[in-house]
Amino acid sequence: MKILVPVKRVVDFNVQIRVKSDGSGVDTAKAKMSMNPFDEIAIEEALRLQEAGKASEVVLVSIGPAQAAETIRTGLSMGADRGILVRSEAPVEPLAVAKILRAVVEEEGPGLIILGKQAIDDDSNQTGQMLAGLLGWAQATFASKLEVDGAYFKVTREVDGGLQTVRLKAPAIVTTDLRLNEPRYASLPNIMKAKKKPIVERAAELYGVDLAPRLEVLRTTEPPGRKAGVKVKDVAELVSRLRNEAGVI
Amino acid sequence: MTTLLIAEHDHASLKDVTNKALTAAAQLGAPVDVLVAGENARGAADAAAKLNGVAKVLLADDPAYAHDLAEPLAALIRSLAPGYDAFVAPATSRFKNVMPRVAALLDVMQISEIIKVVAPDTFERPIYAGNAIQTVKSRDAKKVITVRSSTFAATGEGGNAPVEAVASAADPGLSSFVGERVARNNRPELASARIIVSGGRGMRSSANFTKYIEPLADKLGAGVGASRAAVDSGFAPNDWQVGQTGKVVAPELYIAIGISGAIQHLAGMKDSKVIVAINKDADAPIFQVADYGLVADLYEAVPELTEQLGKLGR
Repeated sequence: MKILVPVKRVVDFNVQIRVKSDGSGVDTAKAKMSMNPFDEIAIEEALRLQEAGKASEVVLVSIGPAQAAETIRTGLSMGADRGILVRSEAPVEPLAVAKILRAVVEEEGPGLIILGKQAIDDDSNQTGQMLAGLLGWAQATFASKLEVDGAYFKVTREVDGGLQTVRLKAPAIVTTDLRLNEPRYASLPNIMKAKKKPIVERAAELYGVDLAPRLEVLRTTEPPGRKAGVKVKDVAELVSRLRNEAGVI
Repeated sequence: MTTLLIAEHDHASLKDVTNKALTAAAQLGAPVDVLVAGENARGAADAAAKLNGVAKVLLADDPAYAHDLAEPLAALIRSLAPGYDAFVAPATSRFKNVMPRVAALLDVMQISEIIKVVAPDTFERPIYAGNAIQTVKSRDAKKVITVRSSTFAATGEGGNAPVEAVASAADPGLSSFVGERVARNNRPELASARIIVSGGRGMRSSANFTKYIEPLADKLGAGVGASRAAVDSGFAPNDWQVGQTGKVVAPELYIAIGISGAIQHLAGMKDSKVIVAINKDADAPIFQVADYGLVADLYEAVPELTEQLGKLGR
């Protein structure tokens, strides 16, 4: 079974982003970029399945600018086998990403696709579910445990009330939540090895997908700020202020 | 034309997030029908019929909708699509799962977690963990929208809409329910709690949550939350997580205990009306958003707070 893992290059999770003062967007020009953290978890899970003999090959795909090759290379250093870079300089919305991925899936024929549950830049939380809908495949989002069970996958999902376990018919789509695993660091020998692993590059236009955005971004603004309040000296003052000043207890 | 609001419920009753999402749905300016898909869900449908401004309630009562499986529910919503211009649902884990699938089936780009309806085709939504707000205008003929319910007031009762049964859609049979582990207690759910008491890495253990956080929460009739660090460390279950990738809450009072205040956590609670922080590190970022900060050892301060509230008759 081949596993396909789509990955996205995003502003590093530790960076405090800055909204441009003219409302035209978020200033990412000099920001440190990294792989979306949920996608690292997806790669780790694919590698563990491969190491357990459940998967033959782990293929990464990223849709983005030339620099997204670095993101793919990061995943190859973790241990994935090869990469596909679908070049697009302009941002691509989740629906169009899902359509490009559908075309990649038709070429590659994976038995399992593992994606991050959301990208930490646009916080859309859509691509995996959309791809499952387009392919007509089973889906299990927000996974905290994944087991291969013959022609099925057994997936435990993090849901609002606790945990839910479902059984999916293969081929299927799984999106990762935080506690599925802890991604490995790339070892130096693996970083060296990854330099020789192949990354095929294709223009997004070749997939015949309409890339025009459906959502027009009119403006991007800072959220209303919240100011620090007062420091209270002890518990008695806290209780008194909550009761008499804020009136919430 | 008409908007279809898909209800969050536990079959017997409607969840409060539905009332809030209805407020957003009504702001689109069209009549609103409500879909209740579940098993033995007449109770939830009857509750939806009482909400103000609902034109009618569609009840799809079928074992296929008993367990929140995405594929049959998406197929049902798609089968109803010809009659509707917009599909709105609260951004709960059920609808975060199912609505993008619906959107793809309709060839629509979903608008996730809106916090404001600017116009029937224009919405505000947070990006980058709420550190920026985007205003987006949809060019799609049909809209698929999830609603961050904490930013909308709940619609009240007073209506009397008809309840109509609708046929189930063919179940694609791609997945099946195996089991669930759902916490059962008498505390309010995070999404609708008036007060939330949350613990972080500073709690150090699950036992300390039980010993310090839960008695304070119970004294206040509060829901219990946790930071990602506390959940990752196994101090608290996943469904307590508040933050960018957990639950987003906006209670009247949020008490953060032993939480440093990473931006991912602030994303989930900074719209709370009053924020209290108790942390021994005076430089913790949580104090930058707290209305009332107490720099103290939580292992002394929290029991004292619980005790003083007790004396007030809480």
